Amino acid sequence: MIEYIVRRVLLMIPTLFVISVIVFTVIQLPPGDFLTTYAINLEQSGEPVAMEVLEALRVRYGLDKPMPVQYYKWISGIVLRGDFGQSYFHWRPVSDLIWERLGLTATIAFITIVFTWIIAIPIGIYSATHQYKFSDYAFTLLGYIGLSIPAFMLALLLMNVATKFGLDVGGLFSDDFIDAPWSWARGVDLLQHIWVPVIVLAVGGTAGLIRTMRANLLDQLEMPYVETARAGGLSETKLLLKYPVRVAINPIASTIGWMLPSLFSGSIIVAMVLSLQTTGPLLWRALMDQDMHLAGAMIMILSTLTVIGTLISDIALAWVDPRIRFESHTT
Amino acid sequence: MNTTNPDSSTHEREYTKSTVDRGDEEKLFLASQWRLMWWKFLDHKVAVCSLFLLGLFYLVAIFCEILAPHSPSQRARELSFAPPQSVHWVHEGQLRRPFVYPRIQHFDRELTLLTYSEDRARPLPIRFFVRGDTYKFWGLFETNLHLFGVEEGERLYLLGADRLGRDLFSRILYGSRVSLSIGLVGVFLSLVLGIVIGGVSGYFGGMIDTVIQRFIEILMSIPSIPLWMALSAAVPPAWSQVTVYFCMTVILAFIGWTGVAREVRGKILALREEDYAVAARAAGVKEFRILMRHLVPGFTSHLIVVVTLAIPGMILAETALSFLQLGLRAPTISWGVLLQDAMNLQAVNLYPWLIWPTAFVVMVVLLFNFLGDGLRDAADPYSH
Repeated sequence: MIEYIVRRVLLMIPTLFVISVIVFTVIQLPPGDFLTTYAINLEQSGEPVAMEVLEALRVRYGLDKPMPVQYYKWISGIVLRGDFGQSYFHWRPVSDLIWERLGLTATIAFITIVFTWIIAIPIGIYSATHQYKFSDYAFTLLGYIGLSIPAFMLALLLMNVATKFGLDVGGLFSDDFIDAPWSWARGVDLLQHIWVPVIVLAVGGTAGLIRTMRANLLDQLEMPYVETARAGGLSETKLLLKYPVRVAINPIASTIGWMLPSLFSGSIIVAMVLSLQTTGPLLWRALMDQDMHLAGAMIMILSTLTVIGTLISDIALAWVDPRIRFESHTT
Repeated sequence: MNTTNPDSSTHEREYTKSTVDRGDEEKLFLASQWRLMWWKFLDHKVAVCSLFLLGLFYLVAIFCEILAPHSPSQRARELSFAPPQSVHWVHEGQLRRPFVYPRIQHFDRELTLLTYSEDRARPLPIRFFVRGDTYKFWGLFETNLHLFGVEEGERLYLLGADRLGRDLFSRILYGSRVSLSIGLVGVFLSLVLGIVIGGVSGYFGGMIDTVIQRFIEILMSIPSIPLWMALSAAVPPAWSQVTVYFCMTVILAFIGWTGVAREVRGKILALREEDYAVAARAAGVKEFRILMRHLVPGFTSHLIVVVTLAIPGMILAETALSFLQLGLRAPTISWGVLLQDAMNLQAVNLYPWLIWPTAFVVMVVLLFNFLGDGLRDAADPYSH
């Protein structure tokens, strides 16, 4: 087991390296750099732009160096000093800007996963045990619709309905708490607001998970051991929960890792619609302003969180399912 | 196409001998792989309906100029944010052909808002083949014929108007052209990339395979929307509509190919160990010919499924990116561009009809999912 974990952790290093190269390349793609945008903005506001100042800034930020050098400066800052560089647009270190937002994004993602499981597993079990009954069809249809509605549209619709009933659903905090330091009251306020994005984000994942759970459990219910247990006189509930459900949940454990990329993706757009204080709007602004360090840091951290999430779910899966551990020995 | 699965041809012959007198079954056993799939697909009623409705959607996209009652760019200041007109049947107690009442604009001083009322005195019957805004059909010839509408000079706003008083229904029809085609083009590009890369990976195996598979895993672990956002932010705003459209398809394919590549590789690895592939190899057939002649027909059906299920993702991605103003931009009309108006919460509350494009997106995505499910069941016609 330990060998398996060590191997997987070591494998993360090249993965993260390639991701960082991809992210850096993508971030560099826009023509020009931040300073050209900055100069255009200044020009539009009527201020004269001194070429020397721009040139000095370019040297200061290392924008005159070739790409590999810039990449090295960027990545070594992150890895060695935890320094994500300077946000050009906000004139502040990137780290100051992102941690709280990343924390909120991760919180929303975590609560969404828990929420998805709580809803989807029982419905999946119910659907499988009531196969081809009306309720099964109803849940299947709902699942299809849930899969087809993109999160941001659901957010729009939900906002529309909620405001009709006079509910305050925008944002993650009430106005009083937006810039307040963390306190008990602020946490409570957060919980009062967080359910909207959580529901919106959970719908798609729940629909998918219900289908997987239903299919897995149906496969298990056909197994001879179920018949044997039933013949032995085990009560239906105990029979269901003790063996087939446990086996059926196993493969789903591995899907947590796969849920993360889509959750982060979805949360970005939902956050734009609901104007949440998460990474979404900040990333969007950064990309619009060509604020390269800021955007790069955020994509990089979201990707890293995804990789770590996948690792954790893989380890969890190997822990509950010994076959996987043995497989990794033989290969 | 009537490529038969080489694996099954021997079984077919065996079975046919014992069932000569049963015409139907003989037909079943002699049928080609594709014919079997088609039959099985027809059993899946929901999927057949979805295919039909999707066909309608694409027809609408092709002929949107005639079908739309108005030109998508025709502004009408006196109808800014006019709500949808409801279609009536009864005028002054008399049953009539479907008609609408024209809108009259008022200015609400208290709310500082434009409001609209119906001009009950003047019913506007909805007629077929009316003259209206001129347009260039497929950019070929100029005409002003519309399939349906109200008399010339009057406006028919079935789904309301946007800020500039343009007809939302017509704009949605025109938008379907971009939104529906971008998925197809994007999927085609990812299909090409996926087949080539996945084929190389599965065919050569070894080190190349490992490297490509690792790369795909890495690419898949980056959240797609941030990556797509970053890529689309790189498209210069000054580029022409067509170039931006093409860039978007490339950007969508940039991540889309990974799924296809995995499927291709997996199938090649599985099929090359099949008896018929081994037999062909023993008979001295060249590897490349085995691949093209014997392996590719074996997984074409699975590819079709993967591709069908990938299209809705691309349509959604385009909508999301355009919605975030990172994809297509006005004056290009797509469902995502139309939804930009609905981003503002206040606008959605005051003018709820602005979220109509979502209904179309959801419908198309739902249909593609149903179709993909039906195809998936049909793709393996020998399963029982």
